[in-house]
Amino acid sequence: MAEEKDRIIETEVQKQFRLHEPQIRPAIEYTGEASLKFWKDIINILAIIGEIAEASWFAIRNPRRIRWRETLFYMDICGADALPISCMICYLMGLILGFQASLQMHKFGTDLYVADMVGLSIVKELGPLMVAMICTGRAGSAFAAEISTMKVSEEIDAMVTMGFNPSRFLIIPKLLALILVMPVLTVFGNVLGIIGGMTVGVFSLGLPVITYFNRTVLVITPRTFSEGLIKSAVFAVLIAAVGCLRGLEAKNDTHGVGSAATSAVVSGIFLVIIADTLMTYLFSRF
Amino acid sequence: MAENNAVPMIQAIDLTVGYGDIVVLENINFTINKGEIFVIIGGSGCGKSTILKHLIGLYEPIKGDILIKGESIVKADWDEKRRIMKSFGVLYQSGALFSALTITENIALQLEEYTDYPEDEIFRRVNEKLKLVGLEGAGPKMPSELSGGMKKRAALARAMALDPEILFFDEPSTSLDPVTAAMMDRLIIDLRDRLGTTMVIVTHDLDSIYAISDRVIMLDKATKTIVARGKPSELRKSNPPPSVKEFLERAGLSRKMD
Repeated sequence: MAEEKDRIIETEVQKQFRLHEPQIRPAIEYTGEASLKFWKDIINILAIIGEIAEASWFAIRNPRRIRWRETLFYMDICGADALPISCMICYLMGLILGFQASLQMHKFGTDLYVADMVGLSIVKELGPLMVAMICTGRAGSAFAAEISTMKVSEEIDAMVTMGFNPSRFLIIPKLLALILVMPVLTVFGNVLGIIGGMTVGVFSLGLPVITYFNRTVLVITPRTFSEGLIKSAVFAVLIAAVGCLRGLEAKNDTHGVGSAATSAVVSGIFLVIIADTLMTYLFSRF
Repeated sequence: MAENNAVPMIQAIDLTVGYGDIVVLENINFTINKGEIFVIIGGSGCGKSTILKHLIGLYEPIKGDILIKGESIVKADWDEKRRIMKSFGVLYQSGALFSALTITENIALQLEEYTDYPEDEIFRRVNEKLKLVGLEGAGPKMPSELSGGMKKRAALARAMALDPEILFFDEPSTSLDPVTAAMMDRLIIDLRDRLGTTMVIVTHDLDSIYAISDRVIMLDKATKTIVARGKPSELRKSNPPPSVKEFLERAGLSRKMD
């Protein structure tokens, strides 16, 4: 009898532990569940973008009500602190591109076109994209972790019962900061990326600095330059929105904080790539 | 408190609360009068904090209505809800001070947002609230620099920033040492006596219940209803159900030990 009881208890204990074991589920069930989650995610992202639009409209009509002190704080964190790493990554990216392009161009005796290749790639695509990746990793995850921690410590509840709109209080300063600093970081990134390409052009291909510079200035038109900056501003909205959304929908526990930060980075990168594809197509059409 | 002169501040009408499909409490009715210290008691998991979160408008009830000064917080849209929320302050279990702001900034937040006071007037009012809770000089500190008891008092100062007519407390003495908990009890009584504020307190701290409450209701997890209501001293004398008796006798034991 006692043995039977022990066996039942043991089974119950095993069941409890099994909850934390990886579950093997039929592929169709998993696919269905993932599809529903993805769809729900899209709706949530659209909802938060709508909420941001509403809060932004309020901020435009009442600029004095914007929390400028917080905005400056986030500008410092997302901009000034991210500048060295953004510049370094973009310089290395220009260097890599320059090397790869020089190997191919040299075969055809068109060394000078390395400047075209590096300049256009960096300004139109890689500059905004690399800065967006760095900001997703730094700012997006930080926003998600900050907001989810505030949720765990009841700060969001306190904000609501104080009559404050969490979107306006939490999202707008972060969004505004990213929109203001990401294009600036992109400009710095572009310059360093071009210098990276120039390093290869000058030291590896033996091109004169002024020739490389003139060629770069020739191919980078104001329109090309603006396209990169527009992309950068759109990426800023997406990174801030998804970072804040992941924070707001996090579970009220420590695991939830970690998951929110991870999810903010993964979703942020995914959305940035999707938006980049769409914008590249649109800019090529018009 | 004379019941016939009572002015209802909060009314819960046929209230059913829960999360999603899970019903925590069913058909709850009670009225809280002006200037009363009303305590909601019960064992762990009986729905004390849940009902509080519904009373302050954080969650929508499954059924029923909640009236704050005669206005429904359930049916109100966001702007109306915001106006109703300005008439009360909430002290959360953890204090819920904004960790990125100093104590002064935490208290000044609502004053900056809802009033046209100049900066020096806001500063004066913040210091007045800090003095009221015995935290003079703590304004420039960050919440992380304060002890648990100080955080709760700072949070109380923030909850009182707009001089609300109602204050809600979620487990005010939890995680406080007995001396600080008793100090918090004295502070609550003092504030009610001085300012006439209506206090709604969720707790299972038995000493606090006896020390401060004008009236209590006891919630029960099994029946999902109110199993007892009245003054705590009267409840003990009135042959209450076994669960209530056990709860209150433990209070007796605790008091005998003092």
